[in-house]
Amino acid sequence: MATYAAPIPQIVAHDAKPEPRGWTSWMTTTDHKRIGIMYMVTTFVFFALGGVEALMIRLQLGLPENTLISPQIYNQLFTMHGTTMIFLFVVPMMAGLANYFVPLMIGARDMAYPRLNALSYWLLLAGGLVFYASIFWNPPEAGWTSYVPLSSINYSPGGGQDAWIFLIHLTGLSSILGAINFYATIANMRARGMSWGRLPLFVWAILTYSILIIFAMPVIAGAVTMLLTDRHFGTHFFDPSGGGSALLWQHLFWFFGHPEVYIMVLPGFGIVSEILPVFARKPIFGYKAIAASTVAIAFLGFLTWAHHMFTAPIPEAVVIFVMMSSFLIAVPTGVKIFNWIATLWHGTVEFKTPLLFCAGFIALFVIGGISGVFLAVFPVDWQLNETYFVVAHIHFVLMGGAVFTIFAAIYYWFPKITGRMMSESLGKLSFYLMFFGFLATFLIQHVIGLDGMPRRVYEYPNVGNLALYNLISTIGSFILAAGVLVTIVNVARSLKRGAIAGPDPWKANTLEWFTTSPPPANNFDAVPLVRSYEPMKDIRREIQQRTSGTREWAGSASPSVPAGATQVGV
Amino acid sequence: MNRIPPALSHILTTPFAFFTPQSGGSPNADQIDSLYKITLYVALVIFVLVEGALGYALWRFRARKGAVAAQIRGNTRLELGWTLGAAVILLALAVLTFAKLSSIQDPPNSGPEGALVSDRNARAYASTERKLPPDGKALRITVVGRQFVWEYVYPGASEADGLGAPYSYEEMVVPTNTTVSLDIVSADVVHSWWVPRLGGKFQAMPGYHNYTWFKIEKPGVYRGQCALICGRGHARMIATVKAVPPAQFEAWLTEQKKLIAQANAAAQASRAKLAKQVGAGQVLNP
Repeated sequence: MATYAAPIPQIVAHDAKPEPRGWTSWMTTTDHKRIGIMYMVTTFVFFALGGVEALMIRLQLGLPENTLISPQIYNQLFTMHGTTMIFLFVVPMMAGLANYFVPLMIGARDMAYPRLNALSYWLLLAGGLVFYASIFWNPPEAGWTSYVPLSSINYSPGGGQDAWIFLIHLTGLSSILGAINFYATIANMRARGMSWGRLPLFVWAILTYSILIIFAMPVIAGAVTMLLTDRHFGTHFFDPSGGGSALLWQHLFWFFGHPEVYIMVLPGFGIVSEILPVFARKPIFGYKAIAASTVAIAFLGFLTWAHHMFTAPIPEAVVIFVMMSSFLIAVPTGVKIFNWIATLWHGTVEFKTPLLFCAGFIALFVIGGISGVFLAVFPVDWQLNETYFVVAHIHFVLMGGAVFTIFAAIYYWFPKITGRMMSESLGKLSFYLMFFGFLATFLIQHVIGLDGMPRRVYEYPNVGNLALYNLISTIGSFILAAGVLVTIVNVARSLKRGAIAGPDPWKANTLEWFTTSPPPANNFDAVPLVRSYEPMKDIRREIQQRTSGTREWAGSASPSVPAGATQVGV
Repeated sequence: MNRIPPALSHILTTPFAFFTPQSGGSPNADQIDSLYKITLYVALVIFVLVEGALGYALWRFRARKGAVAAQIRGNTRLELGWTLGAAVILLALAVLTFAKLSSIQDPPNSGPEGALVSDRNARAYASTERKLPPDGKALRITVVGRQFVWEYVYPGASEADGLGAPYSYEEMVVPTNTTVSLDIVSADVVHSWWVPRLGGKFQAMPGYHNYTWFKIEKPGVYRGQCALICGRGHARMIATVKAVPPAQFEAWLTEQKKLIAQANAAAQASRAKLAKQVGAGQVLNP
């Protein structure tokens, strides 16, 4: 059998510059893992800011005819909240997770373009700072959708709207560069034997996320540039008095905006597809169907944008086409949910925190998916659109969908990033607070919308049960926030005091668990040959067979190289 | 003990009433409500089945001593089955939507006791997309959205090119039993016309016309408000539709015309007075 003995000849450098240390090492790093950590920490700070904005919104709506917050500040709050959560949290958080784990999962030493990767991060940070600097002058107040003419210079003369435009430019460029990098990395740097049919499902999701970004982001970049020239340089793209069209903005915005939804949730789907098999101790059910449905959702996602515009003056033929394409996209989404449940079926489900967040995600996403079908039926949408029903729907899809999977990923991968386990009891407390807080906040919002309360209103009259429903929602939002706080405490505590994790604490399936926790700068000394979509399972089985079958590999230090490993020269 | 508390009996007689959109003002709102309910019943079955399967799988297959996970990697027949199943359910929903569509979109004729509305008062810019009753007769009102008030312009222009028509703000008075056709436009930013019990909402977009209709049987007041963020006063941009018997409507319209004429005359008079004060020929532009 393959045993390798002879040490490889090495070149020893005697006058190499010392590696930068301290904060300069973070400023100058091109290591995908450090960039990933910077992404995750930065975006989590923005998540906290967006969360505080959400709590202020809920405080204002806790009572009818409340005068706590003025209409101007209220409009600024919901604009900042939506923009922050989408452009500064969910999308870049997924980029952060992908940055850290895609190279590890495919057995690569780094991303394809490490310096471009660092640029992506700094562009993101610049976008966030430009946007948040506007709170010292006049923040934007036209909503995260910034419909024209409200966002035009006549109706939003303040610089906040321009800060919003620059945020889109900077984070959009960051995302496009990052997406090109992911695509190049996944296409070219996979371990030997990792064919497309053996690509981890999270990596499939990131590949699709990258393609979506490459197609969708330039559209919004163009649209906000047109808005910028309309505002300052006398063009009339969106100004009807100059022959422009206000409807054009909605088309351009949602041509980006709907794929954006899948940019946010597809990586989450990938995370769930990685975590469920590990904790059910069972292979993913229908690997090919899940990978194929990811691609199908991405393709169909480009055909459904006008379902955000059912109430706009658009031809009936378009409306009917979009209803049908929106129905169609429910099929691959349903397939994923059935496959996940089938993965649990006949498994042995271990209720660790990552699994709880994944199960919570499925439970909530099913509700978000079903309410999405209501909204696709366009006459029904005429009643529900722009009400709290839609607010509930987007939060079930994006908070229940994307954010719960991000929390699952934090609990699942924290041991790999830091080398330490997180507290299970705090993790479970966090999950239950978040799950039930979420339900209390958003389930009732469907009813608020059906009762006729539009979204983005800073006050509402005390009619019917509106006051009671809104109070329930406000109380729920603070329970939800408490759950998030518990996870922050858990992270802070576990960084120093968590149990030592070892390379593979969950007995997982993918290659990031083959290396030490945290991984060394070069990730792998040797990259194993990949023979299935569960390479770590193969490696554990092989080691078990070699060590007379009884002892399971616990690998306290760097794992020895198993059979089939290819020694890669540096 | 055999009496059901009043609140509960309400729930039992009208299942999920709190979970349906508002209706009861106009036939299109009622038809949307019934389409919504069909969707709701289908959705509830799927919801219970999927969440039930998830809960059952989590509880039944929790890790226990001695339990071994079955190493199943898929089942083509099962997977194709649920893919087709989902597609069939959605196709059925699409067919039901198409079956309902005309009752939601196409306005009926006004009732025999409805207000007398001519079919010749079409405004110059009425497009082909406007849906009219089979007999072509409807009361046509132009709804103008502007920051932060709704304006309603009635037919009956007294001057050429459509000027001098009676109008009102915020409260739209309409005759009962009469099909009312709305032409929704905007004077500034995008707004959204919405009175829940009279059917769906439609954007008022500068440069475009959007159309809807309603027909109210019962006299009463129907409330709504702008549904699309239009600026700081968005929450206060309310809309009220007051349905009154046709005779009362005609009286209101006459009174409105008279008031507008009086106000115009008063404006004329004060303009003349001002012109005398500052001297003829000077342009007044307050």
